[in-house]
Amino acid sequence: MIRAGGLRPYRAIVGARFRVLLQYRAAALAGLWTQVVFGLVLIMVYEAFYRSSSPATQPIAFAQVASYVWFGQALFAMLPWSADAEVRAMVRSGAVAYELCRPVDLYGLWYARAVAQRSAPTLLRAVPMALIAALVLPRVGLGEWRLAPPPSLACAAGAAVALLGAFVLSCALSTLNNVSLLWTLGGEGVVLLMTTVVTLLSGLAVPLPLLPGWAQPVLAWLPFAGLFDLPFRVYAGHLAPGQLASVLVRQTGWTLALIALGRWLLGRGLRRLVVQGG
Amino acid sequence: MTRLPDAIGDAIRLYGRYAALSIRSQLQYRASFVTGVVSTFLVTASEFLGIWALFDRFGQIRGWRLPEVALFYGLVSVSFAISDSIGRGLDLFGATVKSGDFDRLLLRPRSTVLQLLGQDLPLRRIGRLAQGLGVIGYAVIAGSIDWTVGRALLAVASVAASVCAFLGLLVLQATTAFWTVESLEVWNAFTYGGATMGQYPLSIYRWWFRGFFILVVPIGCVVYFPGVAILGRPDPLGAPGFVGWIAPLAGPAFLAIALQVWRVGVRHYRSTGS
Repeated sequence: MIRAGGLRPYRAIVGARFRVLLQYRAAALAGLWTQVVFGLVLIMVYEAFYRSSSPATQPIAFAQVASYVWFGQALFAMLPWSADAEVRAMVRSGAVAYELCRPVDLYGLWYARAVAQRSAPTLLRAVPMALIAALVLPRVGLGEWRLAPPPSLACAAGAAVALLGAFVLSCALSTLNNVSLLWTLGGEGVVLLMTTVVTLLSGLAVPLPLLPGWAQPVLAWLPFAGLFDLPFRVYAGHLAPGQLASVLVRQTGWTLALIALGRWLLGRGLRRLVVQGG
Repeated sequence: MTRLPDAIGDAIRLYGRYAALSIRSQLQYRASFVTGVVSTFLVTASEFLGIWALFDRFGQIRGWRLPEVALFYGLVSVSFAISDSIGRGLDLFGATVKSGDFDRLLLRPRSTVLQLLGQDLPLRRIGRLAQGLGVIGYAVIAGSIDWTVGRALLAVASVAASVCAFLGLLVLQATTAFWTVESLEVWNAFTYGGATMGQYPLSIYRWWFRGFFILVVPIGCVVYFPGVAILGRPDPLGAPGFVGWIAPLAGPAFLAIALQVWRVGVRHYRSTGS
């Protein structure tokens, strides 16, 4: 429940965490370089597949695969990968007890942490990544590998809304990751499993349209497509702007369900929580 | 005066002690160890699932079929698992410099690299190792590899050589920490990037990319050419048949160069004093 005082404490948490993360600019630059290399490797692999197959087996054009790869690399930091290192340290050291003393709703607090954890690195990475992929690549003779702009203004606006939906969804999954730490302490099993599922089913490992045809209907309705595949389809104009509503319904539906699940698990986790240390 | 063989034997014994200690301490947390191994296995297995899906759709990649690609994938996966595990101490070297702990290593009358390698031996990577061996197993069953003793030995040499190449990269990464007092993620582009690149035969990439991973960072060189020789097919890049049999030498050579650079770095080292 959000009590009197409204959103102020949550805003403060997001702001403080944001400023901390923004300090690590060198790390962000290094990450950017690594992702450019990864993007290039992936695109070369798809290029080779596309050059050695007939168009009948290619559900989307190669130029769109290239855009898909860069879209994914740009949003890489937004996906619910890792658990929050601070929460992990708190659960380990027992400092999580202080979190329980704060006069705010704990789930809301942890969700706010996730918002900060996901937003700062994403902003730091997505903008330069998109600029490199869209503007630098054509200049160095790799125009076919570039991130293509959206076909229309409507697509761009739709993608912005769908990305917002993806963001709140990703934060709900991230919070679930953090809640799982209450059970596993070491905090590797569940989080790694989540990483696996997210990588494969969001489209980051392989663009979802390239996965087998029989899997498509299932993939489209799982929460993971909403993280990144559906926003891309809106961006690239695969989905008409009219279908944006369906995308948003899926994203918010899953977000609400995952928040409910996270709340329930957090409540159960706290009941059996043993604070470590002295 | 200690003779060289004695010194090497001594180093191996010492490393054995370090490794045994690290393994024993990890086995104290049995459940955590098991979930770690299982989840590492699942993560890497899902990666291969993605590759399978691409072959399911496209059939082949520039004339290579899945069982052939699986050999390259398996060789790289196994070597990366091994080097990632024994090189953990090098990977975390930034923290060692930052905390000033490197001073203690310098005081001991043993090689600094050896002590760093001995710092940690995460067993979780067994999950990746198992997956890599499984994929090689698939290549053996489904592919048309005509095994001879020579080819089996070449596979082992290729793995050993790429472990050397990956360790060389980790040594270089650690060396930069002498100047930056920070482990730089920049090197991940070569280690993780190299591991991803090596999953497919080198011939599918553009020439400048191939050139880099043959001549500068030889991960492509020590996996691709031996792989082609093991598969017994002509190299689409046009290298003559004997190249595959000498290519593994590039791995130890790269490691030797990296160790020379490391020596320069150690001379440059100034403690953080904390």
